[in-house]
Amino acid sequence: MKIFNKVSNIDFLSLRHTMAAISAFLIVLCFGSFFIYGFAFGLDFTGGTLIEVHYDKDVADLSTVRQLLAKAGFADASVQRFGTPKDVLIRLGISDSETSGITLSTRAFEALQQAAKVEKRRVEYVGPQVGKELVEEGGLAILYSLIGILMYVAMRFEYRFAVGAITAIIHDVIATLGIFSAFQIEFDLTVLAAVLAVIGYSLNDTIVVFDRIRENFRKLRKGTVIEIINISLNETFSRTLITSGTTLLTVLALYNFGGEIIRGFSLALLVGIIVGTYSSIYVASAAVVALGIDRSNLIAPKKELQLDEMP
Amino acid sequence: MNQDPLWKHLLILSIIVMGILLALPNIYSQDPSIEIAAVRDAKIDMALETSIIKSLKKAKIALKRIDRISKNKLLLRFKSTETQLQAKDIIAATVGNKYNSALTPAPDLPWWLASLKVRPMYLGLDLRGGIHVLIDVDMDAALDKALERYTGDIRTLLRKARIRYSTVTHGTKLVSVKFRDLAIRDEAETLLHREFPSLLLTQTEFGQTFNLIAKLSPKEETEVKKFALEQNITTLRNRINALGVAEPIIQRQGERRIVVELPGVQDPARLKEIMGATATLEYRLADDHHSVEDAISGRVPIGFRLYKDREGHPVLLSNRVIITGDRITDASSGFDQRNNQPAVFVSLDSIGANRMRNFTTENVGKPMAVVFKEIRTETKMIDGKPTRTRRMVEEVISIANILEPFGRRFQTTGLDNPQEARNLALLLRAGALAAPIEIVEERTVGPSLGQDTINKGFTAALFGTVLVIIFMVLYYKVFGLIADLVLIINIVLLLAALSLLQATLTLPGIAAIVLTVGMAVDANVLIYERIREELRNGNSPLTSIASGYEKAWSSILDANVTTLIAGIVLFSFGTGPVKGFAVVLMFGIFTSVFTSVTVSRTIVNALFSNRRLKTLSI
Repeated sequence: MKIFNKVSNIDFLSLRHTMAAISAFLIVLCFGSFFIYGFAFGLDFTGGTLIEVHYDKDVADLSTVRQLLAKAGFADASVQRFGTPKDVLIRLGISDSETSGITLSTRAFEALQQAAKVEKRRVEYVGPQVGKELVEEGGLAILYSLIGILMYVAMRFEYRFAVGAITAIIHDVIATLGIFSAFQIEFDLTVLAAVLAVIGYSLNDTIVVFDRIRENFRKLRKGTVIEIINISLNETFSRTLITSGTTLLTVLALYNFGGEIIRGFSLALLVGIIVGTYSSIYVASAAVVALGIDRSNLIAPKKELQLDEMP
Repeated sequence: MNQDPLWKHLLILSIIVMGILLALPNIYSQDPSIEIAAVRDAKIDMALETSIIKSLKKAKIALKRIDRISKNKLLLRFKSTETQLQAKDIIAATVGNKYNSALTPAPDLPWWLASLKVRPMYLGLDLRGGIHVLIDVDMDAALDKALERYTGDIRTLLRKARIRYSTVTHGTKLVSVKFRDLAIRDEAETLLHREFPSLLLTQTEFGQTFNLIAKLSPKEETEVKKFALEQNITTLRNRINALGVAEPIIQRQGERRIVVELPGVQDPARLKEIMGATATLEYRLADDHHSVEDAISGRVPIGFRLYKDREGHPVLLSNRVIITGDRITDASSGFDQRNNQPAVFVSLDSIGANRMRNFTTENVGKPMAVVFKEIRTETKMIDGKPTRTRRMVEEVISIANILEPFGRRFQTTGLDNPQEARNLALLLRAGALAAPIEIVEERTVGPSLGQDTINKGFTAALFGTVLVIIFMVLYYKVFGLIADLVLIINIVLLLAALSLLQATLTLPGIAAIVLTVGMAVDANVLIYERIREELRNGNSPLTSIASGYEKAWSSILDANVTTLIAGIVLFSFGTGPVKGFAVVLMFGIFTSVFTSVTVSRTIVNALFSNRRLKTLSI
């Protein structure tokens, strides 16, 4: 089975200006969403107390749970279903009083226990200062991985490729964050891990394309820069689709079967992989063209000759 | 060009065989178990086993099996987590406090596998259930305490040197000393500079008062913080060990945080009680002329009390406490310079030093005792039900004669061996927390959720793998089959590496395994697409295979190195779930490059190199 019997011959780069406009527009939309809606930060970042409970019967009406909690002094508790009708997630928010998360969760759980048979599945308490640190650390982590990648790509290729790769990564990260902001999907620590993973995977596609561009620049004597990049994109196109496809298959399996806790994580990867495939063609390669790459930039300097001349 | 030497086949084969052996323990289910360890001189014997079986039978709790895993350890296996939890309290009450009982999952391995000492992956708390706590140490309080100590020390020193000062006060982050005379101030500065080199001294003047401001040097500040963190970790470890948890994790995180992870523990209130518990030490005068026998029979002399030492022998001690453990600033073990006997060196703060000096001057030649006091929680059977009681434990940990008067620093000898000296130093140091602590993060995962998560992760991994395997066969036919075989070897090696290094597997770690499956075929896809290209260019099958592998290598290397960079950053910055993801991601990169390049090449060569091929099934 083959997607293309011969090497495909698509003029990817002729659309690069249109695609750049679309990408730019989407990025602006994402930023708009960041400023208007912000993020639905999870407990890891906001701090507070969370309890996941499992009932042995379906919970028909969540308002009874809310009333029980209100009676126990948790009027502002948020109650929602978690995956199945038997599982309920309760958030208690940050309390001003000095009582710790342990005491709070125990009190809330005891209130629920009086009304029905319920099992404590998970309790999480995060102090407010921890959340702030995580936001800082997460931002730093993204920054440092960008710097590391920039240096490696600049060393192995050329600075224009490094800039192209970084542009594509930033594009993908913003797009992924944009989905989480626009649809107000909970953003927790596992989602942050997924965003960092997206950086790795988005880059993976880009690097393979770049590798081919470099090879073709050295191999093919004829053709303009745009022609050579187009040839390279076409030669790697079926590989790009297959790898993205197999990775998507596994991420879909994770999204469907991995359970509620990992759903945000899988979603971030899902978005990241799709956007990353697109960006390796229309952001990374197009950026390299826009930066004015030239054949001479990639012809390897002949160091061997100099070595031979040494006595 | 396409043939491999025999040694390469054998090497790859032996790596795969080892991988299978190391990964194998993971397919066996883990029994919820209780480990019973004998403390001090207690023994694990048949009598103990029978009494446990009897009391479990009485409570109608089904036991799967009893294993004697070592000379002083017994393992009780149960069929479910519920029965394990029910049994825990009953067993604690049956065996008493000469044994430590702890909840732990134990893989049910066949004897031949168990004898190889292979272990399954170490499951994180989100998968096995338990409590995770992040503790913040109040460093401001630790620094404040250090300054307070210096305030007293400065006062004592100036008084002893007969330098007239008007006041010594302890302000925020500084100690200020006021003088009425410039010359005296300068004299004091020289003295303080010599005696306390770790203080930074500055001079200020207001009219007729001349001040000396002392601050902790940055080096001393780091030192104080490091000490506070280390001592708190030691203290917490001692207290948590008393809780009876298998494999507790207590480690520092960053400069002021401590992570405590207790697998299998479900009761955060209990943990909190232990953390808040206060163990203290007291120095008391020991009696040397009354009869201990009289005291045992009830005639305790006035002003004295009967204590017991660690072996249970009775000791008479004075009612008057000389100093308590919170006056101890440091304790370390070593050897007495005069007779090379094991000794413990103790430092006191200035108040403690003063009291100690006054007391020892009056009591040279008399014995002095160190008493360890702690509140312990115990489980006992009352009316057939396990009930928790709190009990004050007082033990005399050492008695030694006062050889000469001493104050701030002194040594305790009369210990039997260096090990005992180390233990005593630890107890002296670990008696109290060096600085207040606060729980800033707490996560409890119930055992049923952990098992659920494992099941879901397994289902996702299974579906992901099967989908990829089917796709590869459909798309690349025979070569697809090779890629699939290599993919399975990759998963085995990844599990083997994680089991061998006992890296912690968490839910994000499982996600990383699933992702690795999707990404691992990438290297093969790159190679196969290249081979197809070479074939299209009219090359012979064997040449196409060779140049396909060769030309794809640069892309494979670059793609994996960049992912590895992201993985390293994730690992070094991340905490908890992020780290768990990064570990598996990085191992996955190594195993997948090895399997999909080296192993697959060897398989392809072995299959095709000796044939005259006209076409390739790719």
